[in-house]
Amino acid sequence: MAALCIALAAPVLADPSTPPAALAYTQLRDPAQEATAKALMETLRCLVCQGQSIADSDASLAGDMRSLVRERIAKGENPASIRAWLIQRYGDYVTYDPPLSAVTWPLWLAPIVLLAVGALLARQSFRRRPR
Amino acid sequence: MMAEAGLAALWFAAALAALQLVMAALGLRAASGGPRASTGSARTEEQDAAAPTTVRAELVEGREHQDVNTEILTAVRPIAIVQGLMIAVAMAMLIGVFLNSDMSVKLVVENSHSAKPWLYKFAGAWGNHEGSMLLWVTILGLAGGAVAILERRLPERTLIATLGAQAGIALGFYAFLLFSSNPFDRISPAPADGLGLNPLLQDPGLAFHPPTLYIGYVGISVAFSFAVGALITRDVGPAFARAMRPWVLGAWIFLTLGITAGSYWAYYELGWGGWWFWDPVENASLMPWLAATALLHSVTVLATRDGLRAWTVMLAVVAFSMSMIGTFLVRSGILTSVHAFAVDPKRGAFILVLLAIYIGGALALFAARVGTVRAGNSFELFSREGALVANNLLLSVILGVVLIGTLYPIVAAGFGVQLSVGAPFFDKTVGPIALILVAVMGAGPLLRWRRDDGQAVAARMMWPIAVACFVAAGLVVFASIGILPLLGLSLAAGLAIASVAPLWGRNLRRTPLFTYGMVVAHLGIAVSLAGMASDSAFTTETLVAARVGEPVKAGPFSVVLDGIKPVVGENYSALEAQLTATRGDQTIVLRPQSRYFANPVTTTNESAIATRWDGQLYTVLGQPDDQGRWQLRLWWKPFVTLIWFGGALIALGGALALLGRWRRAARTARREEDARWAAA
Repeated sequence: MAALCIALAAPVLADPSTPPAALAYTQLRDPAQEATAKALMETLRCLVCQGQSIADSDASLAGDMRSLVRERIAKGENPASIRAWLIQRYGDYVTYDPPLSAVTWPLWLAPIVLLAVGALLARQSFRRRPR
Repeated sequence: MMAEAGLAALWFAAALAALQLVMAALGLRAASGGPRASTGSARTEEQDAAAPTTVRAELVEGREHQDVNTEILTAVRPIAIVQGLMIAVAMAMLIGVFLNSDMSVKLVVENSHSAKPWLYKFAGAWGNHEGSMLLWVTILGLAGGAVAILERRLPERTLIATLGAQAGIALGFYAFLLFSSNPFDRISPAPADGLGLNPLLQDPGLAFHPPTLYIGYVGISVAFSFAVGALITRDVGPAFARAMRPWVLGAWIFLTLGITAGSYWAYYELGWGGWWFWDPVENASLMPWLAATALLHSVTVLATRDGLRAWTVMLAVVAFSMSMIGTFLVRSGILTSVHAFAVDPKRGAFILVLLAIYIGGALALFAARVGTVRAGNSFELFSREGALVANNLLLSVILGVVLIGTLYPIVAAGFGVQLSVGAPFFDKTVGPIALILVAVMGAGPLLRWRRDDGQAVAARMMWPIAVACFVAAGLVVFASIGILPLLGLSLAAGLAIASVAPLWGRNLRRTPLFTYGMVVAHLGIAVSLAGMASDSAFTTETLVAARVGEPVKAGPFSVVLDGIKPVVGENYSALEAQLTATRGDQTIVLRPQSRYFANPVTTTNESAIATRWDGQLYTVLGQPDDQGRWQLRLWWKPFVTLIWFGGALIALGGALALLGRWRRAARTARREEDARWAAA
């Protein structure tokens, strides 16, 4: 699994001894843009870490991905298209917000189904007619 | 010597557990031919527990059972006690070899180092796979002994069945330890020194977080054993609920503390200001908590109104299954996370078999016996019971969503699909349901048992609703924040008012302690929710490459890097920054470190956090760049501390409720005693 991730990540995986990418640890000037970038980063998975988003990882790959997100946001690209680009490149594994698809619809439907089943079960505990 | 003594104690304890299981089974079989029709007696108990005649009838019945199989039944209690002592000896021996840094023991070599500080040698005994499993079963054994010593309210038969179930659970753990995870294995030749402990774990949190969580898990397993005992003896009723309640409450208090402590540990240790990551292992600790919270409320309905019988037993089964999943999945290595230390895929099969036996067995017993559990009372929608049913429904749905969200990527990976489920999914699904639950929580305690009037409830809810709307309006006008934090803050304000409302118009000195417990716990939820919402709405982040002496802005503070100096710790060397933060005439000095550990080679960020009444200033030292500047990460997090303060309040509320119930039970027992004297 880890080997697979690293293989997938190779295109942006920088040598750790080189200094971090320009925008890895530097915020964008425009606070609104920075907030947008930050919100997106929190939903992207650091591919070489153990269950962390790129917004809270010290791994150099996470730094590179943060830099990439900030650059593209600064250029005016919208978050959805950046996410789509990353998914195209690294697969669904990169996003913590699984896109609705043939594989993920049971996941997204689950809460609604559970609520409905729960409501049906709970009805049994209630009296049909008030006395 | 110590390692061998520990292993011997472990074998003894395992043998005693087997004996305990067999004796309980034999005793119950012998007793099942006895004169007692258990459903009938359950009915008399629940109708009037305080009536002296019932008490006498129970005593007579108890005596008859004693006659049938005195030897077998009376033996089970002492066996449970000795088993607890034996396993405690084994754990003490393991701690002993860690403290002595006995490098001929494999586990010590792999997880310790002679230069490690004392506390981490001690706590390091359970900072690894084998040791943590031994700790688990030690707490289980001690809890079994405690049940054997303390429990006097249950009919003897149910108690023996309970102890039998406990022994059954323990046996699986003993087998797992002895056959695939022996903590006392020797290594030959012994190396000069050990490999050391993961520096992320070298924190006082390690001494506190795992034992607390495990006590919680084990408490749930005791509650589950009670449920098994009740199912086997067909004795599900208010008496069973009252006997089980303190264990559920106790387990829930420790789970709350363990999760709260773990969250704060992750917050200051990981160095990015996050306090909950929806990491699979965090979810694995959250799920038993959710189930225990639901169980806590349904057990109250069962004890008070004799309703939700099958449901309560089912919840006990679910809560136990969740704690098993929590314990084993983390250890199996299926989940990748910081918690998956010492992962060995060969153990996976053993673990899956154990999980299948326990959960499958519990569900099978439930399915076989649920037909004999009479349907409990049914309820009005507008009543305290109705609100508690809603509470159970919503908590169970949240539990289901968290479970599915946690397991979905694992299952998908089994089909060759790689995907991630994280914070955005849980925020969108769990978030709204949790907020509905908060609204119900505000109303629930203001409803009367049995039946209430919708209009009267609305009148009682007027102030909480008004405050929530007022806060929401204020936030919409003065702050532009996301919808979830907005609703979170408003509902937290409303809940804070609603949770203390049950005390209005009451004589505060005559209000029972467990009512205070409920008030404090619900208030804790409001406080914690306010902290979470405030953190996600108002946190300001500053990432800079700072020159010495150059001021940087972080929220309301101006922060200056005064300088960097090297520091040597007991088993690490570090670079320490000195930061001076000023706000108005307030000055704070912070010293974040970047630590370098040699055994094993790791660099960690040690954040420096300043706590003020209105929030925390969180500072982390990063890497230098080629122009002599230092990377700093600074966060101002308004009211973030409320998250953990709320968690502590929730646990305190639980403790007050436990104390209150215990005092009332003691008083009732005294009154029964008096009544018996009067009758005699």
